[in-house]
Amino acid sequence: MNAHEILFRRGRWKPWEFALWAAALASPFLLPRHALIINEIAIVALFALSLDLILGYTGIVSLGHAAFFGMGAYAAALFAKLVTPDPLLGLAVGVTAAALLGALCSASILRGTDLTRLMVTLGVALILMELANKLDWLTGGADGLQGVVMGPLLGQFEFDLNGRTAACYSLSVLLLLFVLARRLVNSPFGATLKAIRDNRLRAMAVGISVNAHLSVVYTVAAALAGAAGSLLAQTTGFASLDVFEFHRSAEVMLVLVVGGVGWLYGGVVGAIVFKLMQDVIASITPQYWTFWIGLFLVLLVRVGRERLLRPWTWFGRGAGGGKP
Amino acid sequence: MLTILFDGIAYGMLLFILAVGLAVTMGLMNFINLAHGAFAMVGGYITVLLMQHLGVPFLLCLPLAFLGAAALGAVLERTLYRPLYHKPHLDQVLFSIGLTFMSVASADYFIGSSQQMLQLPEWLKGRTETGEGAWMLGMGHYRLFIIAVCAALTLGLQYVLTKTRFGSRLRASVDDQRVAAGLGINVNAVFLGTFAVGSGLAGLGGALGAEVLGLDPSFPLKFMIYFLIVVAVGGTSSITGPLLAALLLGIADVAGKYYVPKLGGFIVYSVMIAILIWRPQGLFVRQGGKPR
Repeated sequence: MNAHEILFRRGRWKPWEFALWAAALASPFLLPRHALIINEIAIVALFALSLDLILGYTGIVSLGHAAFFGMGAYAAALFAKLVTPDPLLGLAVGVTAAALLGALCSASILRGTDLTRLMVTLGVALILMELANKLDWLTGGADGLQGVVMGPLLGQFEFDLNGRTAACYSLSVLLLLFVLARRLVNSPFGATLKAIRDNRLRAMAVGISVNAHLSVVYTVAAALAGAAGSLLAQTTGFASLDVFEFHRSAEVMLVLVVGGVGWLYGGVVGAIVFKLMQDVIASITPQYWTFWIGLFLVLLVRVGRERLLRPWTWFGRGAGGGKP
Repeated sequence: MLTILFDGIAYGMLLFILAVGLAVTMGLMNFINLAHGAFAMVGGYITVLLMQHLGVPFLLCLPLAFLGAAALGAVLERTLYRPLYHKPHLDQVLFSIGLTFMSVASADYFIGSSQQMLQLPEWLKGRTETGEGAWMLGMGHYRLFIIAVCAALTLGLQYVLTKTRFGSRLRASVDDQRVAAGLGINVNAVFLGTFAVGSGLAGLGGALGAEVLGLDPSFPLKFMIYFLIVVAVGGTSSITGPLLAALLLGIADVAGKYYVPKLGGFIVYSVMIAILIWRPQGLFVRQGGKPR
């Protein structure tokens, strides 16, 4: 079996994937009362998917992925407010803006250690937050960008308060971009990325242009994050400084780690688990739910993701043996 | 203008005391610890609560803040941090973010989300002014006190690092952990001590800075980026690097906020990114250490 066939086989769609997506697309109709949270889950899943492209497939630890999310959100909201309320055009604008920003920033993550990259990505998000805060004539400053009215989707479907249109819209965009991302990571390009992640020096030695690959995937990831941000701004009709906040970057990392890094469905699974968990905890202690999220993170790392999510291994052989 | 320079130096010295523990632990164990600000917050709250409820004098609170934060640091190092030293950076980042979130929420729960006020003793209030016109220098007594304390601590740290046996063990461990262990240095013990002292210094900095920086439960998140800037820009191989970086950051921040308040933290972050793209290892790197 040559390399070509291996790649093809890995890229083939499995039956359960069709079932999963059919269920996802049917969910707004089956659970009309939960359409709003389905919409949120779809957005977080898309955001986590974009982080997975850089964290899972190239190993870059980014603490500022919210920069692109926020860029997409503000671009889409401003476009709807100032130019035209058409959602699809707005989505395109949000994606383009985030992709441009990503291409610009990709130069900053090529050099240095993990710490340096962490700082640079974090710094970019903070700079954008400062900008959105200070340019209050354009963005509304700390009050957020209000009065964004979206037109009907494709000229037919109005966004309503129930959120059914919003959920269908977000799910469709998620599916479309997921298919693209899936195609990307199963292509030779994706295999090259994994080679870079696993051993950068060796990848360089076999003639892979590491920097070019990293730049491209960083830009693609930024575009996907921008799409997620645009969806949030469009379906809520609002963009605030919150989209650039640090806790958003941290949360998306948590989502991805819960679901599984380096596996495209990790983002989707993580988003479902995280959003439902957040919903439950926030309804019990609205003010202190970050404590439980923090505790969960600490446990996740100390116990290990594999063991935490598989309770039946807790008391088996090797439990407590301190196996790495 | 001199006043701004003076305030900037005071702020920078404070940042240095807050961040020096982070610089050493990061250099020693290559551990990315985002929860460092939590120790500073603990020190700050110890001081404020002791002064408000028990009426302990300010000067006595400072060493107590140091000891409290150091004890907490030692306990956490032994129980939670140590197993993570050889884990990937992603795990360390997640773990320390989790710790930060927990500290923020607990402070909110136990103490309340309002800003804490620190009552300074009489002899630290007030200001002295000298010179005139553009060269007028106004020195707040409290800031003078901060500079004095921090300068003394810096000299002490420098002495310990360069002249004592513990210092040479520490430097050997930073340079190459395996060889140091092979020479019979108990690297774990060195690290435990360093982590405790670093956390203690953060606590002391938090206590000193409660009046200048403000103290509320979001302190660890708000100042995390500043500590990290000091470490990333200053490099982790000596304490001179972080000192200079902290002074630079303090002066730039105070001056930026005074002259162009519209831009806020914008200048500081942009300069940081520019410096890190230019020199990813930090501005002040000593040759000869182990490459990372």
